[in-house]
Amino acid sequence: MTVTNWQPSAAISTLKKRAQILQKIRQFFAERQILEVDTPALSHHTVTDEHLHSFSTLFQSPLSPKTQTLYLQTSPEFAMKRLLCAGSGAIYQICKSFRNEEAGRNHNPEFTMLEWYRPDFDHHQLMAEMDELLQLILNCENADKLTYQQAFEQHLFCNPIKASLDEIKTVAIQYGFAEIAENEHNKDILLMLLFSQIVEPNIGQKRPCFVYDFPASQAALAKISPQDPNVAERFEVYFKGIELANGFHELDDADEQQARFENDNMKRQQQGLASMPIDQNLISALQSGLPACAGVALGVDRLIMLALECERIEQVIAFEHNRA
Amino acid sequence: MANFSTNEFKAGLKIMLDGEPCNILENEFVKPGKGQAFSRVKIRKLITGKVLEKTFKSGDSVEGADVMETELAYLYTDGEFWHFMNNDTFEQIAADESAVGENVKWLVENDMCTITLWNGSPIVVQPANFVELEITETDPGLKGDTAGTGGKPATLATGAVVRVPLFVQTGEVVRVDTRTGDYVGRAQK
Repeated sequence: MTVTNWQPSAAISTLKKRAQILQKIRQFFAERQILEVDTPALSHHTVTDEHLHSFSTLFQSPLSPKTQTLYLQTSPEFAMKRLLCAGSGAIYQICKSFRNEEAGRNHNPEFTMLEWYRPDFDHHQLMAEMDELLQLILNCENADKLTYQQAFEQHLFCNPIKASLDEIKTVAIQYGFAEIAENEHNKDILLMLLFSQIVEPNIGQKRPCFVYDFPASQAALAKISPQDPNVAERFEVYFKGIELANGFHELDDADEQQARFENDNMKRQQQGLASMPIDQNLISALQSGLPACAGVALGVDRLIMLALECERIEQVIAFEHNRA
Repeated sequence: MANFSTNEFKAGLKIMLDGEPCNILENEFVKPGKGQAFSRVKIRKLITGKVLEKTFKSGDSVEGADVMETELAYLYTDGEFWHFMNNDTFEQIAADESAVGENVKWLVENDMCTITLWNGSPIVVQPANFVELEITETDPGLKGDTAGTGGKPATLATGAVVRVPLFVQTGEVVRVDTRTGDYVGRAQK
C-alpha cells in the first residue's frame, strides 16, 4: 500500500487569511492604477544566473515532429520587461515561479511571486512604495534603510566593497566559516555567506530593513550607479530573518545586458553547469527601448508567513512539494 | 568511508569534522534569492558531546564517519578498561576511561548499555535510561517522614550519590534516571 498524504499542509483558516492578503495586495495596486498582467510560466528561454536552476520540459507540438525545450520561469521578469518595452506602463503580476534545487523552511520549488514595475521610478522611490505595501500587509512600522556597505560595517566591521578576497577570507574564518573560506576564491560567495549568516539575522528584526547599493559584482539586472561604479542600484528587503524581496533600478542597456548574460554563461561553464539560451526577445525589446523604471519581486508566501507569524513556508501554501 | 554531499545530509548521518566523528542533528537550506545556496547544519561531536553549527556550500561533500551503535551487556572492570559483551555472539569489547567518562557511576553488571563504536572502537558508553542500585550508605533520616521534603544524599553501590527521600534506608535498592541523576523510586522487589 502506498502511503498517501492528501491533507493540505496549511490550515484552511490560514488559506482564508491568505486569500484576504492577496485581495489586499490587488487592492493596493488597483488604487494606484497599476495594470495586472499575466505572462507565460513556460518560455523558450530562462535566466542565465549561475545560482538559479530552472526546471525544463519538452514541448511536443502537434504541428512539428521536433520537440522543443521549454523552461518554467524563475520569475516573470523577462516577459514583464517586454511588456514595458511595448508600452504597457506600470504593471504588476502575482504568479507562480519555479526554482529547482530549492526547498526548506523558507523555500518551496514552486512559489508565488509578486513582481511590479514602475516607469519613471528609481529604486529609492520603489522602496518607498514597497514600504507602504509592507505596512499595509504586516501592520509594521516604516522600514529602516541601509546601504550594503553600512550593513556590513555595522555587523562585520569591514568594508565589503574595498576589502580584498584575502581580507574577506580572514573575516569569514574569524566567524567560524574556515571550511568554506579556505577553499573559496570567489569574493562574492564569501560576501553572500557572511551577509546571510551574520548580517541578515541582525537587521530588520523590529521593522523591515531595506539594504541597497549592492556590490557591482552582484548587480544581477540592476543599473550600475552613475555616482559610484563599485555599486549597483539593487536593493533587498529583510524582516525577522526572512529575505522578502529583491529590486532593481532596471538595466536598460541592451548591449550591457547581452554582455552580462554571456558573462553568466561563462561562469556557469566554469562551474560545470550548462549554458542557458540567452533570451534574444528580451535583448531585442531592450534595443527597442525600455522606459526608465524600477522593478521588484517579492515572495508572497514569505510575506504571508510574516503576516500570520508562521515558521515554515508549508504552513501558508495549500500543498508543499512533498504533497503536491 | 564514502563522502556525502550536502543534499544527503539529514538527521542521524555521521560525518567527520575536525578529525572527530559527528552526528548531524538538523540540516537547514539557506539561500539568498540571487546567490549561493548553503546548508546550515547543527551537529553533535560524538567524542566531546559538543553541539555546534557549521555552514557548508551546497554541493560540497564531507567524509562519512564509520560509526555504529550496539547494545552490549556490561561485565566488569579491571581498573583500566570496562568490559562489555554481545549477548548473542559472546564477543567482548573493552572501553577505556575516556569512552566511559562520567557514566562509570551508572554501570551495573549485566545491564545493557549502548556503545558507540568509531572504526570499531568504543567512543561513548551510554547506560540504560534507568538503573537500579543498592544504597550502601545514607543517614537514617527521620521517622514518619513520607513526603520526602528535600531529601538526603545517598551513596549507591557504584559510588554515585543521589538525593533520596528521608524514608529510604541503607540496603534498599532504588531506581535512578541516569540522564538526570534523579531518584525515581524504590525498586520493585
